[in-house]
Amino acid sequence: MCPASFDYHRPASVAEAVQLLSRPGAKALAGGHSLIPAMNLRVAQPGELVDIGRLDVLRGIRVDGNRLIIGALSTHAQIAASPEVQKHCAALATACSTVGDPAVRNWGTIGGNLAHADPASDPPTVVLACDAVIHTQGENGQRAIKAADFFVDVFTVDLQPGELITSIEIPSQSHRRMAYVKLPHPASRYAVVGVCVSMHTSGGVCDQIAIAVGGATAKATRATGAQSALLGSLLEAEALEAAAIAISADIGDQAVSDIYANATYRRAMAGVLLKRAVKAL
Amino acid sequence: MKVSITVNGKLYVRDIEPRMLLVNFIREELGLTGTNVGCDTSQCGACTVHMDGRAIKSCTCFAVQADGRQVTTIEGMASGDTLHPMQEAFWEKHGLQCGFCTPGMIMATTAYLKDHPNPTEAEIRHALDGNFCRCTGYQNIVAAVKTAAEKVGA
Ligand SMILES: Cc1cc2nc3c(=O)[nH]c(=O)nc-3n(C[C@H](O)[C@H](O)[C@H](O)COP(=O)(O)OP(=O)(O)OC[C@H]3O[C@@H](n4cnc5c(N)ncnc54)[C@H](O)[C@@H]3O)c2cc1C
Ligand code: FES
Ligand code: FES
Repeated sequence: MCPASFDYHRPASVAEAVQLLSRPGAKALAGGHSLIPAMNLRVAQPGELVDIGRLDVLRGIRVDGNRLIIGALSTHAQIAASPEVQKHCAALATACSTVGDPAVRNWGTIGGNLAHADPASDPPTVVLACDAVIHTQGENGQRAIKAADFFVDVFTVDLQPGELITSIEIPSQSHRRMAYVKLPHPASRYAVVGVCVSMHTSGGVCDQIAIAVGGATAKATRATGAQSALLGSLLEAEALEAAAIAISADIGDQAVSDIYANATYRRAMAGVLLKRAVKAL
Repeated sequence: MKVSITVNGKLYVRDIEPRMLLVNFIREELGLTGTNVGCDTSQCGACTVHMDGRAIKSCTCFAVQADGRQVTTIEGMASGDTLHPMQEAFWEKHGLQCGFCTPGMIMATTAYLKDHPNPTEAEIRHALDGNFCRCTGYQNIVAAVKTAAEKVGA
């Protein structure tokens, strides 16, 4: 297979990358694990590729006060293995450890994953559940975009042409218990449905909760009905059952049907995975 | 574009088109045809090589991304007539039938064992998520990886 021809650039700084990317037909290349398959199939035919893969300032994972800061070029494997991520956003470590296969995790990056916004991706679901902030740099300066505003539609996010994700900021979830559970596609391992729960309890009562579901809809979605069903409960069987029904309703007619699973199945699986996620906390 | 890529310890300098995939650089520019192309769509793992010590599917990487880096292919695994312990274990345990997936299997599992020297059977199967075999049913491949881990650990 052979992608269409393109001009290749390897900028030495983020500023230079942004400048190169402002040209029509230019696209960023990070790990290449979404872009190159699309170029091999000629679904994508960018005229210019700007290889940001060697911009070390976009690497690294650190904790700043009660915020976890993950550089856009951090790979799925680095995130899964990071003690900081395991402590402050355990479900992201889990989600990244289930992405594809070892080679995909070695080279695919979180920035590329979020920018690509495949509906079957794992990290967006966790990022949305944690109210993360996506930091970007573009020709017109820097922006901080809330995850809830960032994901717009299938393969569509709130990035201007030429704008780069520089880092992802996640409020520490270390005081909460978290889980990410997915139904993987048997061949690719992409999420047919994935559910993330981040919860705090005191005296057995759930007093803070965030739930997001991915894979099932065009973009990762917060399950507000399911959140209400569990908030204030003792997580007893009836509450879990009510939450499972609620998450199916939260997705509602937004659930997608494709050759692998129809909408009814995806709605039902969201409920099953939510119960599994709460039990795994 | 001019690239300098070290493959199996030898430096190659070539002038290539940016759209050339690493797997085509290895097979066509260098004539190292041990690395196979199975699916062309990043799924099967037949094209797995090491780049700076980590497994990568060479059909999902442009050769320009490997510029200045170290690549190892199946041809770089044996030292002279002495097979790599993983190659020896595949031979002993009959971890192949047609052999098409084998170079990728060996590259993926040697990279995996570096970080996980003592894997369980379930862990080996999970590590093989990205490598498809259409012949063996995987049983003997898993046995070979287990044997290689024991050999290297011994
Ligand atoms: C076989 C296979 C299985 C997979 N399975 C899964 C799975 O189970 N779960 C899952 O979540 N994902 C899966 N993936 C996708 C994987 O996570 C990709 O690595 C990821 O989606 C893209 O990251 P990348 O660094 O490779 O980006 P690239 O492919 O380099 O880029 C992807 C897109 O993002 C843009 N981009 C890249 N970086 C930035 C940035 N910093 N700022 C702005 N735009 C940017 C690019 O221009 C491009 O449009 C799989 C991929 C493969 C090949
Ligand atoms: S040929 Fe590269 S993964 Fe199949
Ligand atoms: S031995 Fe034939 S594909 Fe694996």
